[in-house]
Parts: sequence; structure tokens; C-alpha cells
Amino acid sequence: MNLLELLGYFNYWVFAIILTVGLYAVISKTNLIKKLIGLSIFQSAVFLMYITMDKVEGGTAPIIQAGVEDQIFSNPLPQVLILTAIVVGVSTLSLGLAMVVRISECYGTIEENEILDSD
Amino acid sequence: MIFIFGLFLLTLLVITAIAIVRTEDLFVAVMLTSIFSLLMAANFFILDAADVALTEAAVGAGVTTVIFLCALALTDNKEKPRQGSRWVTFSTVGVLALLIIYATFDKPRLGDPDAPVHQHIAPWYIEKTTEYMDIPNVVTAILSSFRGYDTLGEVFVVFAACIGVLFILGVSPPRKTKQTTEKTTGLRHHLIPQVVGRLLIPFIVLFGLYVQFHGEYGPGGGFQAGAIIATGVILYALLEGESEALRAIPRGVLLGMVIGGALLYGSVGVVCMFMGGAFLDYSVLASDPVFGQQLGILIIEAGVGMAVCGALLAIFHAFASREILS
Amino acid sequence: MIDVALDVLSWILLVLGGACVLIGGIGGLRLPNFYTRIHAASLTDTMATILIFSGMMLQAGFSLATLKLFAIMLFLLLTGPTATYALANAALLSGLKPDAGTTSDKPKESLPE
Repeated sequence: MNLLELLGYFNYWVFAIILTVGLYAVISKTNLIKKLIGLSIFQSAVFLMYITMDKVEGGTAPIIQAGVEDQIFSNPLPQVLILTAIVVGVSTLSLGLAMVVRISECYGTIEENEILDSD
Repeated sequence: MIFIFGLFLLTLLVITAIAIVRTEDLFVAVMLTSIFSLLMAANFFILDAADVALTEAAVGAGVTTVIFLCALALTDNKEKPRQGSRWVTFSTVGVLALLIIYATFDKPRLGDPDAPVHQHIAPWYIEKTTEYMDIPNVVTAILSSFRGYDTLGEVFVVFAACIGVLFILGVSPPRKTKQTTEKTTGLRHHLIPQVVGRLLIPFIVLFGLYVQFHGEYGPGGGFQAGAIIATGVILYALLEGESEALRAIPRGVLLGMVIGGALLYGSVGVVCMFMGGAFLDYSVLASDPVFGQQLGILIIEAGVGMAVCGALLAIFHAFASREILS
Repeated sequence: MIDVALDVLSWILLVLGGACVLIGGIGGLRLPNFYTRIHAASLTDTMATILIFSGMMLQAGFSLATLKLFAIMLFLLLTGPTATYALANAALLSGLKPDAGTTSDKPKESLPE
């Protein structure tokens, strides 16, 4: 594999690293808000992988200009999926944060081990 | 050349992600998350996804940060360090990362035009957009017309999240503080941001409307426009005080926007059924099928914009009007 | 001839703008105090905005893109210093005193509300 091909895989390696960093935050941290931040990092890594798959060499953004024939476009389909996913992600994040606020009011803390101990 | 710039941005992304997880102060973590979203938006733009970059910048770097900060103001600011050994977690996560990196060697090279994802249906969408609906932005065409069901489901998800947050945070806190809290005002000593904010907020809302109605001709559409307009009103609430913002756009109007947006989208589909086509088949809306598609796309994008703007503002007000308990 | 001159001029402006941002970044890391770091970040940011956007406007020539670039530059020039003011104001209101010496900030255990 020459250097250019290796560099082409760099996107996917960054995706793997950010995915596992976010997963580590969800699994190992005890603070509930830190877990939610880790979850949002995890989601962003998945978006990065989808958008990386849609690039076509020499293509442009998929907007058809009038009068320009035979233009190479990047694939528009993953972009549509990720547009939906971003908005759904922010909706679930706000719902999760509302629950964290209520938990902190009822238990007085947002550390997971203290909540489990006091139950 | 821009490829090197992309590599640099990706390295910055990794460094920011590791910094977010390692810091103990939650305020720092939220600010770094906002930087992370902005870097991600720049990356999306380099990979030719203009719509997605606009959405990620508006929603991720804008609204998410504000909601996180509201939640932080209602809970603690610091994180307690975790005791105990973490070697099991580290090794599990490390093995998972190596497995994923090994699996990605099977993927086609970045930008390969013969990759399986670029065959079958994506060229069909690009070809048929000019034929069926004659609008330049292919992503908006797919989002609103070819894959209209998914977008309908997404509007309902936003609606459900808004209702869920209003349910959860509609209950008053258990221990009512008896001392009178001063009416929430804006920032103190805030003349300069107030002046600049009053100058800029009309232009922010105008830009949001521009993005909404130009979603068919360039990057844009309902989601981005809803987020931008919501950000403008949140800026007004931060500067003048939350009660002023509630006087400008009351809660009833916000709920009306959310419900109205979802209802508009669904009713366009039902009207299409009454006029003889299938559900969400816009070509029967007018005598010329191409014009019917454009009309349908315009109306449902307006519905989506209203629903997203109303939902984000209602969620912000639900967080911001909650009394701080400590 | 005039095209080459405009090209060279725009390149010079872009490189100067990049150098300004680099200096601001180095200043943000090396300066000791919070208030001094704000100086480094905000002054170089404003100068770099003007230089980089002028360079890009010269590259774009006379078109709609130039007008849009000018509008974005105006927006950034308005909001950048305002954000710096809000930051310094928030720091002052929460008790961080400006100290002209070279003492670095000690982390505070509890900030007064």
C-alpha cells in the first residue's frame, strides 16, 4: 500500500479512535453529564464515517448548476441520513439532560455510584 | 492540497475528544464539545457535504452548547474522580478500537467512484431530480420528496422530544425555596452586548428565513433555518432576560409552532391522498406535476422549520425557567 | 499584468493573516495571566479577520461572493470584540482580579457567586 492509500484510510482510523473514546466515556465515567457528552461524541464519530463514505474523487457538493453538463457529484444519500440523525441526536440529548436535572433534584447528586448507594 | 488540511483537522478532532474525556471540570468539557462540533462541521465541508456542515454548525455548536450550559447551571459543575482500577475498561476499549481499525482495511479507498455505495440508487436520484422536480439541491429533493417518510418521522421525533422535556421539567422542584428569587434578568453590566445584540438579532432572523426559503437552490432547508431562528431568539433571551423573551414569543405560540409544523407536514400528505395520489405524492397538488412537487417541498420545509424552531425554543425555556435549588 | 499584481497582493494578505493567527495562538499559550491572554486572542483575531477577508475578496473579484464575504467580515468584526468584552466582564464579575504582574492564575477552590 503506498502512502496515498494509507492516508485515505486515515479518516476511518480517526473514526475508530473517536468512537472508542466516546464509548470509554459512556462506560467508565460515573458522572451522568459526562456520560451524555461521551454519547454525543460517539454519535459524531458515526456521522463522520457516513460522510466519509460519500465522497467521490473530483466531485463537488450535490447541487446541480444550470448549464454545466457532466459534473461529478458526491453521493447525496448519506448526507440525507446524517441530516436526520443530527436533529434526532439533539432531541434525545435534550431529553436525557432533562432527566439528569430531575435526578439531581431528587437525589442531590449526579454521580452514579452515589445514586445507586442511596437507593 | 485540501486533503492535508483535512488530515490536520482530523488530528485536532482526536486531540479534542481525548481532552473532553480527561478533563474533570464539566464547564471545560462543554466548551470543548462546542469546539469539537465546529471542527466536525469544517470536516464535513471538506468532504463535500455542505448541508450537513451547516446543520452541524447550527445545531451542534449552537443549540447543544446552550442546552448543556442550562443543564449545568441546574446541577453541579465538577466531576468527582473515579476510584478503582480501570484496566478492564481500557483493555476492552483498546481491543475494540483495534478490531474496528482492522475491519476498515476492507473498505474501498476514500473517493473511489466504483465503490458499491455510489451505484444503484444514488445516480438514479441525481438523474431524476431535474426530471421530476427541477430543483438544484439534490439533498433537499431526496430529503423532502424521495425520502419524505423519513423526514415525517423525524419531525414527529422532534415533537415527541419537546413534549417529553415539557413533561419532565413541568413538574416543580420538590423542595420549594421560600426566599423570593429575583426575577431572572439578563447579564449584569451588559450594555455593549445588549447594543450589539439588538443590532444583530434582526439580521440573524432574516438570515434564518433566507436559509429556509433557499433550501432548494443551495445548502439550507427547514432544519438549519429552525436552528438559526431559535438561536437568534435564545440570544435575545440571554441579553434581555427570559421573561422578556417569553413576552416576545409566548409559550402558547411555541407549542402552536411545534404542533402546527407537524400537522402541516401530515396534512400535506393527506391532501395528496384526497387529490388522488399516494400519501406524500406531491405531483398531484397542481396541474403540472413538476410545479406540484416544488409546491409540496416548499410547504413541508416550512412545516419542518416551524416545528424545529418551536421545539428548540420550548426546550430552552423549560430549562431556563427552572429555579435553581441549591 | 494587473491580474498577477492582484493575485500576489491577495496572497500576501492571506499569509499575513495566517501569521497573525499564529502569533495569537502562541500568545494564548505563553502569556501568564487570563486578561493578557484575552488581549492576545482578540487583537490578533480582529486583525487577521480583516487581512484574510480582504485577501479572499481580492481573489473573488467583482461578484456576488465579494458582497457576501464583506457582510461576513462585518459580522465577525462586530461580534468578536463583543464576545471578548463579555468574557472579560464575566471574569471580573466572578472575582478574578486583573493583576499587571507576571503571576500566573492560581486555580481557585471556590469562586464567589
